[in-house]
Amino acid sequence: MGTYILKRLAISIPVLFFISVGAFVLVHLTPGDPADMYITPDMTQAQIELTRASLGLDRPLFIQYFDWISNFLTGNLGFSFGNRQPVLDIIGQRLSPTLLLMSLSLLVAYLTAIPLGIIAALRKDTLTDRFIIGWTFLNVSFPPFFLGLALIYIFAVKLDILPTGGMSVLGAENGAEDLIMHLILPVIVMASQFSANMIRYVRASVIDVMHQNYIRTALAKGLNRRQILWHHVLRNSLIPIVTVIGTDLPKIIGGAVITEQIFQWPGIGSLTVAAINSRDYPILMAIVILSAVAVLIANFVIDILYALIDPRIKYGK
Amino acid sequence: MDPKKFVLIHHDGTLSSSGLSAVTGIAADKEVDSADSWGKITWRRFCQNKAAVYSLVIFLIIICIAILAPVISPFDPAQSVGAFDEAPSAGHLLGTDDVGRDVLSRLIYGSQVSLIVGVGSVVIYAVVGITLGLLSGYFGGAIDSLIMRITEVFMSYPQFMIILVIVSLIGPNMMTVMLVMGFMGWPPICRLVRGEVLRVKSLDYVAAAVVTGYSPLSIVFKHILPNVLSPILVNCTFGIAQAILIEASLSFLGMGVQPPASSWGNMLTSAQSIMILSEEPWRWIPPGVAILVAVLTINFLGDGLNEAINGDSK
Repeated sequence: MGTYILKRLAISIPVLFFISVGAFVLVHLTPGDPADMYITPDMTQAQIELTRASLGLDRPLFIQYFDWISNFLTGNLGFSFGNRQPVLDIIGQRLSPTLLLMSLSLLVAYLTAIPLGIIAALRKDTLTDRFIIGWTFLNVSFPPFFLGLALIYIFAVKLDILPTGGMSVLGAENGAEDLIMHLILPVIVMASQFSANMIRYVRASVIDVMHQNYIRTALAKGLNRRQILWHHVLRNSLIPIVTVIGTDLPKIIGGAVITEQIFQWPGIGSLTVAAINSRDYPILMAIVILSAVAVLIANFVIDILYALIDPRIKYGK
Repeated sequence: MDPKKFVLIHHDGTLSSSGLSAVTGIAADKEVDSADSWGKITWRRFCQNKAAVYSLVIFLIIICIAILAPVISPFDPAQSVGAFDEAPSAGHLLGTDDVGRDVLSRLIYGSQVSLIVGVGSVVIYAVVGITLGLLSGYFGGAIDSLIMRITEVFMSYPQFMIILVIVSLIGPNMMTVMLVMGFMGWPPICRLVRGEVLRVKSLDYVAAAVVTGYSPLSIVFKHILPNVLSPILVNCTFGIAQAILIEASLSFLGMGVQPPASSWGNMLTSAQSIMILSEEPWRWIPPGVAILVAVLTINFLGDGLNEAINGDSK
């Protein structure tokens, strides 16, 4: 296990390197020059050259990359083109609203999806099952922005019981009740995206386990169905939950762009859209790398979880 | 919302021996008894899934609408043809938008964008993914580990965010959306193909082909590729639905198809204003429903296809 973890970490380093090169090249190959932000029309050519030199833009690209990445690794992520604040501070402010929204959405999604998946499996091929399966299709097919707008239209505009967006009512900051009211609609949108896969996976897994020989044995030796369900079926069929978490967790940073944008949620997603619109490259590079690193870490954690949960999985051979 | 989703669907849809053996005829599956071709059997099983059949009909209707758009569209979708912000009436069945363009005509032409981008990007990533997957699985060794590392890098970027950033940096329009989605979406197919190649490679008939002295290229294309086509087909069907959703989302954010060209996604952009959202529902509900119906039918279609090819998963 220990060697496996080390091996995984070693593999992650070149992947991280290419991710950072990708982000750097992406932003530097685009039309426009970061120096444009500092250049005014009345500057002479010599002054422009001087500005470029002071920003380090006259040096070869790989040296610029090396400079940027060594700064990045020491926590100096540069400054926003927009308000000249350190990128690290801006991202830091936006991180916790996103994490709050996403973790709550995952929680709501799983708490509803797991029972629904089990019910669908136990009532296989009945109307209930068909309804739940249909529901998952509806969830994965509903455009998140359309769902968000429809919910705002119904609950904020027509019924006027929930706010249209933001994180708090001006003047009523820090109220827990206020925060919850603002969370309801975005959490519904995100949770509906997350729940479908979990429902299908749990359903398939429960059905699969119920066909196993040890379940037949338990039935044959006369255990009652409730006991079999709780002790044999569920315990074994919930292992694949990790698989679904493995596909959901990587989205925790970069997965809520649209939902945050619609509900004006002050997180990483709406920051991305704002940075794109204002061509704020330092922020964009930081977000791209941050979200990619989050994916790597999530995948890493999931692999370890697998090994811990299912002792049959052996790594590092 | 993630390419990995399709792989999940494969797993619970039992992507196992039954479907593939029916293709290859390796194992004596029960279908082999009947003289019917594999296509006929698959089609018959597909027809048992009512949701999939209805979806196929609706999907064909959407295709017809897209092809016949110049004929059936009442107005030019990009021109101002009426009063501004007009509610639905006999003259404009779905009303007009804020510059007097006919919403119905824009809706009809929007189907073209969705289908072109959806199918186009999937074709691109299928070609890239199949090629790299075959190379990786067949040759193994250094080529394999290089391709797998690249796959890992691509899969480490959150898909929607990276597509959003790239498209906006190189200039948002229909072509870039299609190309970027195509060149970002290949890793799942690549992995799928590689896995299948590794499995099929050890089977007797491939070994026989090697011994007989066929060239690697002809073994790959004549003997291995046909066997991996059905899971790819299922994956691509779901991929089209996914691509339509992503295109609509990008256009909604203003990072996809740009007005005056119409796309179902960019028709909803203006509804971010509470005024339009509450006062002019005819401008955002029809395109939203159109995306939902298109994506839903294609997903049902993919599900029906999956069941028909791989056997009933229930």
